[in-house]
Amino acid sequence: MGTWLARRLIAAVAIVFAVVTLTFFLMHLGPASPIVPSAEQPLDPDVVAGLRKQFGTDQALSVQYVRYLTQLAHGNLAVSFSQRRPVTAALADAIPNTIVLAGAALLVDFGLGLLLGIVMAARARSRLDAGLGNATLFLRSVPTFWLALIVILVFGERLHWFPVGGTIDIVRHHSFSFLGRIADRLWHLALPALTLGVVGAAGTARFQRNATLDALSADYVRTARAKGVTERRIVAVHALRNALLPAITLFGLALPFLLTGAVLIETVFAWPGMGKLAADAIFSRDYPVVLACAIAASVMVVAGNLAADVLYAVADPRIRITERDRA
Amino acid sequence: MNLRAWLALLGALGVAWLAARAARRRAAGSAGGRRFFASPFAGLGIGVLTFFAVVAVAAPLVAPFHPDRQLDIIDLVDRAPSWSHPLGTDLYSRDLWSRLVYGARVSLGIGALAMAVALTLGAAVGAAAGYFRRATDVVLMRLVDVGIAMPRLFLLIVAASVWQHVSLGALILILGVTGWFGTSRLVRAEVLSLRERDFVTAARALGARPGRIIFRHVLPNVASPLLVSAALGIGNVMLTEAALSFLGIGVRPPTASWGNMIADGAGQIVGAPWTTLFPGLAIALVVMALNATGDALRDALAARPSSYEEET
Amino acid sequence: MTEPLLRVRDLRTYFVTERGSGTARAVDGVSFELYPGETLGIVGESGSGKTVTSLSVLRLIPEPPGHIRPGSYIEFEGRNLLTLSPPELRAIRGNRIAMVFQEPMTSLNPVFSVGDQIAEAAIIHQGLSRKAARARAIEMLTLVGMPDPAERVDHYPHQLSGGMRQRVMIAMALVCHPKVLIADEPTTALDVTIQAQILELLERLQRELGMAIMLITHDLGVVAGTADRVVVMYAGQVVETASTTELFARPRHPYTEGLLAAVPRVDTPREQLRAIPGSVPAATDWPGGCRFHPRCPYAWDKCRTSEPPLLDAGSGHQARCWLVTEPARRSASA
Repeated sequence: MGTWLARRLIAAVAIVFAVVTLTFFLMHLGPASPIVPSAEQPLDPDVVAGLRKQFGTDQALSVQYVRYLTQLAHGNLAVSFSQRRPVTAALADAIPNTIVLAGAALLVDFGLGLLLGIVMAARARSRLDAGLGNATLFLRSVPTFWLALIVILVFGERLHWFPVGGTIDIVRHHSFSFLGRIADRLWHLALPALTLGVVGAAGTARFQRNATLDALSADYVRTARAKGVTERRIVAVHALRNALLPAITLFGLALPFLLTGAVLIETVFAWPGMGKLAADAIFSRDYPVVLACAIAASVMVVAGNLAADVLYAVADPRIRITERDRA
Repeated sequence: MNLRAWLALLGALGVAWLAARAARRRAAGSAGGRRFFASPFAGLGIGVLTFFAVVAVAAPLVAPFHPDRQLDIIDLVDRAPSWSHPLGTDLYSRDLWSRLVYGARVSLGIGALAMAVALTLGAAVGAAAGYFRRATDVVLMRLVDVGIAMPRLFLLIVAASVWQHVSLGALILILGVTGWFGTSRLVRAEVLSLRERDFVTAARALGARPGRIIFRHVLPNVASPLLVSAALGIGNVMLTEAALSFLGIGVRPPTASWGNMIADGAGQIVGAPWTTLFPGLAIALVVMALNATGDALRDALAARPSSYEEET
Repeated sequence: MTEPLLRVRDLRTYFVTERGSGTARAVDGVSFELYPGETLGIVGESGSGKTVTSLSVLRLIPEPPGHIRPGSYIEFEGRNLLTLSPPELRAIRGNRIAMVFQEPMTSLNPVFSVGDQIAEAAIIHQGLSRKAARARAIEMLTLVGMPDPAERVDHYPHQLSGGMRQRVMIAMALVCHPKVLIADEPTTALDVTIQAQILELLERLQRELGMAIMLITHDLGVVAGTADRVVVMYAGQVVETASTTELFARPRHPYTEGLLAAVPRVDTPREQLRAIPGSVPAATDWPGGCRFHPRCPYAWDKCRTSEPPLLDAGSGHQARCWLVTEPARRSASA
C-alpha cells in the first residue's frame, strides 16, 4: 500500500507539472505576449519592467520556461493587471469562497444524489422511479447558468425568499449578531450551492441507481436471501456496502464538474470566488490571473482524485488487503 | 410569423414524427432494437432530435425573420410572446423564434462537428494504446491523465484569453481537442479485450498489418460503445459551448447561438424572462433527447441475458 | 417406509421472456421426494430445469420474470413451503433448509469477512451474540477442514482459493445444522482434485450431522460416487428416477442411456464418442408428445402424439417412457 501511494503521489505531481508546462506553451502560442499587457492597459513602467525581468520575455522560450517554473516554485504568480496586486493575494481572497461554495454543493450533490439513486433502485420500475428518472434527466441536461438565472428570477426576484448575489448583505452584515452573521452567510450561500448541487445530484442519482441495481442483482444477494436475511438488511447492508464503493470514484469526477460549475454560478450570483475571478480576468486580459486560476483548478482536481483513490483503496477490502497465501 | 414559416414548422414536426415511427418499425425486427425502444423516451428522443435537425437545416424556411434583423427598435423591444412573434422579441427587437432556429444551426452544428473531432481523436488514441500496449499505451494514457486533470472550461478560458478572436472553425477544433479523453479510455478498454480474441490472432497469423487489423477487425466492434459515447458527448459539448458563449468567449454576437442568447437575455430576465427561458429550454430539450437516446442505446447494447437463461 | 423429509409435487415454474418469445416453462410438473439422511442426485443438462427446481424449493426465483404456478406443492415438516408468509419462509432459509451455490467467488460478499458471513446465519436464527457467533464460525471452519481457521475467519473471499471459498459456503450453509442441504453444482467451478475433496467433505458432514443432501449436477461421475438415488431431468420434467446402482446398471429411459453411453470409458476398447443427436429444445417450445422423441432412436407414433407419464419399472425405479410398457419396441428400432 505504501509503494502504491508513493507512486500515485509522484504521478500526481507529474501531472500538475505537465499541466503547468502545457499552459505555459499555450499562452505563448498566442499572438500577444502573455506577460506584458497590451497598450490598452497601461501599467506602471516599474511593474512592467519588473515583469519583464521576472519572466524574461525578451529571451528564448526555453529560458522563459525555466524562469517561469522557478517563479512558480517560489510561489510567485506575478501581478494581476486588473487588480494591481499580486495574483497570490487575489487567489487567497477568492479560493476560500469557492471552497465554501463547492463544498456546500458537494454536500447537496452526494447527500441528495446518493439517496435518490438508492431509492430509485430499491423501487426500480415503479412510478416513483420513473418520475424521479424524468426529473433527474431534466436536471442533468440543463445548462447550469441558465438554471441559476431562472432560480434567481423565481426565488430571488419574484418570491424574495433568498438574496440574489454576493456572500453577505454588505450593508447590514456587520450589524448582525454572531448567529445573525452566520445566518446571513448561509442565506446567501443557499441558492448558488443548491443550484450547483442539484444539477450534480441528478447525475449522481443516475449513477448510483445503476450501481445499486448491479449490487442488488449480484449472486451474493441471492446467497444472503438463502440464509434467511430480511430484505431490508439485504438492501441496507449487503447490497449498499458494495453499491457505495463506485460512488467514491464518482467523487473524483464530481470535482471538475463543480469547478466548472463554479465559474458559471459565481458569475451569475456575483459570488467572489475563483471562478468569477477567472471569468472577469478573461475580459480584462489579465493573463496572470487566468493562468493561476487554471493551474489552481488542476491542482484541486488532481488532489481530489488522489484523495478519492486513497479512500477507495481503504474502503474496498479487495484492494486494501493484497492477496496473501492462497492455499 | 407568416404562413410559410407555420407550414415549415408543421412540416418539421411531421418529419420528426414520421422518422420516429419509421425507426421504431425498423427496430422492431431485432432484439436490440426492441430493447432500445423499450427505454423511456427513446422514441421521443429520436423525434426531438430529428425535429431540431430538420429545423436547423431548413432554417431559412422555418424562420419567419432574419435572425439579426432588428425589427422595430422603438416598439418591438422585449415583447412578450404573441401570434406574430411566438417566442417574443429580445432586447434588440429581434424575433426570438428566428434566432432560435438559426441558433440551432450553430449550436447543433458545433456540437456534432466537435464531437466528430473528439471521437476520431479518441478512437485513434484509444485504439493505438490498446493495440500496441507497452510504451505507446503508457505515453498516451499519461497524456489522457493530464488532459482530464484540467477542467475543460478552464483550458478553454486560457485559450480564449490568449486568442481573443476565435473563429467558429477554431472553436469547433478546440472543443473537439479538449473532449476526447473519455472516449479514448473507452476505446482502449474495448480494444484491450478484443485483441485477445481469436479473430485477431487469426488475422495476425495471416500476416495482416496492425493498421489493417485495427481498422477492419477491431474498430467495427467498438462502434457500439462509440455510438453511445457520441450521443452523450454531443450533449456535453453543447452545454460547454453554451457556457462559453454565455461567458462571451464562444460564439460572438451577432451570430445567434443558444448560449449567447441566454447571455443577451440575462440582463432583462426580470422584465422579459422569455428571452432567457426559451433558449435555455431549447438546450435542455435537445440535451435531454441526447441523454435519453444515449442511455437507451447503452442499455440496448449491454445485452444482458435474461435471468432465466442464466439459471437452468 | 420412512416419511420423506421434502416432498415436491407437480412443481411448475414459468418465466416470462422478452416480448415475442412467449413463456418459458422451465420446470413443468416435477415431483420427487427426499428422505432423511440420503443424498439425492438431480442430473440433467443445461436447459433441463434442474437449477430452477432447486431454487424453487426456497422460493429464490426472481419474481418477475419468473413465478411458481399455483397447484405446485412443496411439503417440508408438514407445511407447504410455497404458501408460507415471508417471515415464516425466512425462518426456514439457512436454518432448516440451506443452500450452496455454484460460483463461490460471486456468491460470497466481497466486502465482508468470511467469518462475518458465516456468523450471520447463527446470529439471525440462533440469536447468538457477535462473540459467540464468531466462535461458532471458527468451529464451522474447522469442521469443513479449513487450515488455520482462527486466522482465516477474518479473511475476505478474494484472499481464498476456489476450494477454500466453497468450504466457506458450506460452513455458512451448515452453521445452523439444517435438515436439508441443497447443493447446486457445488464442484463445477473447481479443479478435479478439489472437486473430490469437496465431495468427500459433503459425505462426511452428512454422516456427522445427519442431514439429507439434494445434489444438483450435470456430471454423472459425481452422481455415481455420491448419490444414493438419482432423478434425471429433461425438458423441465423428471424422466427417470431410481437408486444409483439400478440407474447405472439398467437405465430405462433412452435419454439416460444416451447420457451413460456418452461418457468416455477407460476400460472398454476405444470407439467414437457417442453423442445424443440433436440439441435440447427451448423451454418456450417443448415438443409435443414425449419431449425427447425428436432425439430418441426408438421413437414411434405413440411417442410423437402422447406424452408418457412416469411409469413404474419395479422397486422404486420409474421412467417416463412408453418403452416401459412396450419393451418390444426397443429391438424393433434398434
